[in-house]
Amino acid sequence: MVEAPPKEPRELKAADGVVVELVSRSFSTKRGRIEALAGMSLHADAHEVVAVVGPSGCGKTTLLELVCGLQAPDSGTVRAAPAALMPQRDLLLPWLSAIDNAGLALRARGVSRAQARKTAAPWLGRFGLERFEHTRPAELSGGMRQRVSFLRTLLAGKPVLALDEPFAALDAITRQEMQGWLSHVLESEPRTVILVTHDVEEAVMLGDRVVVMSPRPGRTVSEIEVTLARPRKRTDSAVVELRERALAALGVDT
Amino acid sequence: MRRVLRPLPAALLVLALIGIWELYVDLKGNSFSLILPPPHAVAKSLYTDRALLWSSFLVTAEEVLLGILVATAFGALLAVAIHFSPTLRRAIYPLLVASQAVPVAVLAPVLAFWLGFGLLPKLVVVAIVSFFSIVVTTTAGLAAVDPDLIKLMRTFDASRLTTFRHVEMPSALPSVFTGAKIAVAVSVIGAVFAEYTGSNSGLGYVILVSQPQLLVARGVAAVVILSLFAIALFSLLALAERLALPWAYRTPEYRAQSGPVVLERPA
Repeated sequence: MVEAPPKEPRELKAADGVVVELVSRSFSTKRGRIEALAGMSLHADAHEVVAVVGPSGCGKTTLLELVCGLQAPDSGTVRAAPAALMPQRDLLLPWLSAIDNAGLALRARGVSRAQARKTAAPWLGRFGLERFEHTRPAELSGGMRQRVSFLRTLLAGKPVLALDEPFAALDAITRQEMQGWLSHVLESEPRTVILVTHDVEEAVMLGDRVVVMSPRPGRTVSEIEVTLARPRKRTDSAVVELRERALAALGVDT
Repeated sequence: MRRVLRPLPAALLVLALIGIWELYVDLKGNSFSLILPPPHAVAKSLYTDRALLWSSFLVTAEEVLLGILVATAFGALLAVAIHFSPTLRRAIYPLLVASQAVPVAVLAPVLAFWLGFGLLPKLVVVAIVSFFSIVVTTTAGLAAVDPDLIKLMRTFDASRLTTFRHVEMPSALPSVFTGAKIAVAVSVIGAVFAEYTGSNSGLGYVILVSQPQLLVARGVAAVVILSLFAIALFSLLALAERLALPWAYRTPEYRAQSGPVVLERPA
């Protein structure tokens, strides 16, 4: 619960972790150059959940793509263990059943369909989807789709999970359920997680640390350690206090 | 009950048009009926010439069906090649468009010279006029795949080919059907014009020879059969698509994306 002091440049090690050091990234568009990130730094140790919050368009998605190796920084360093992305929209393939969607990453690696299903089946059970194995995404609820999408990312077998506003598209009640669910899953399946969100409460509920970003061009303005035990309650006074601090760091009056 | 009544508006409209047609020819008098025969004469020809019309229909139907099949295979393959190679796309697209501007009447004699007077040159004409829409819609379908999905596959270490096989190809399949459905109408016209040049069978041949013989009703009867055939073929493709790609009808993205392309009515 202590605000992290400004750090000396960290040792660039990334065994199962993520280190982003003073990274800048800009894009040229029709309307000129857009600086997405300018001097952004962030680190996540192995099995740490780092929640990144920031205003819309502050380069959060760019940050995740850098971590996943989908982009290279203009300057600065990105060291990250292999990372799998969970995109903002679930992006499930409409022609595949839940089980085949969940096993997509395995299929991408050349695993046979039968073997991919065998691997995915017990997970669907654990995620409360056992009766929906052969259901296509169009017939699944938003929460179920998100669970399949998360499972697909998890089964990619990467040490780092890059979650891009995973619950932003859900209604408020389902979103709260899913936050509790994800927190529970990560306890039994610890991974290094970079969770990008614009929901400060979500960040405090799920993160071991909350990184607050500035408006574009994005950089870290504040880091808040969250040392609260899980499961957390959103009405807990410590949670509320941390939420207020994160909001204050974002420059939002409460 | 709703289901039963659905074809009713179309049936009523056709009946009304036939009524107007009959009246119009009646008012114009006898000589005009040599240019445009009245519906009852067409109906009579449909019955009395049924043996000739049926055997001619089989010839034309074979040309159209095989032609569309060849066009679909070739068009889809070409679309994939274009998708993978921007250079090929730039090289081949202008030619593709130009090929559609060549009148069949010019093309058919050349093909007859090369390929003779059998099925083959007709099949080639049908394929040439049909494959364009298939290439265009399939290329668009392949290009319309969500870029975020491609990124996702990259974080799963998928190769270009794996991404094509698991993501791009399946999502472009509805576009192949869309292209084939658009091709139905032109393919029938293509077959008729191919038969105009160098053949002695088929509905196009029937139309060609019935005019100088003043058997205009027989010619129009052949046109009626061609129209019904186009409707049947279109419906068949729509049905095949529903059976083969049931998922495509349940996603709003698909409906939104293919809205302007999918023809609800046969052209």
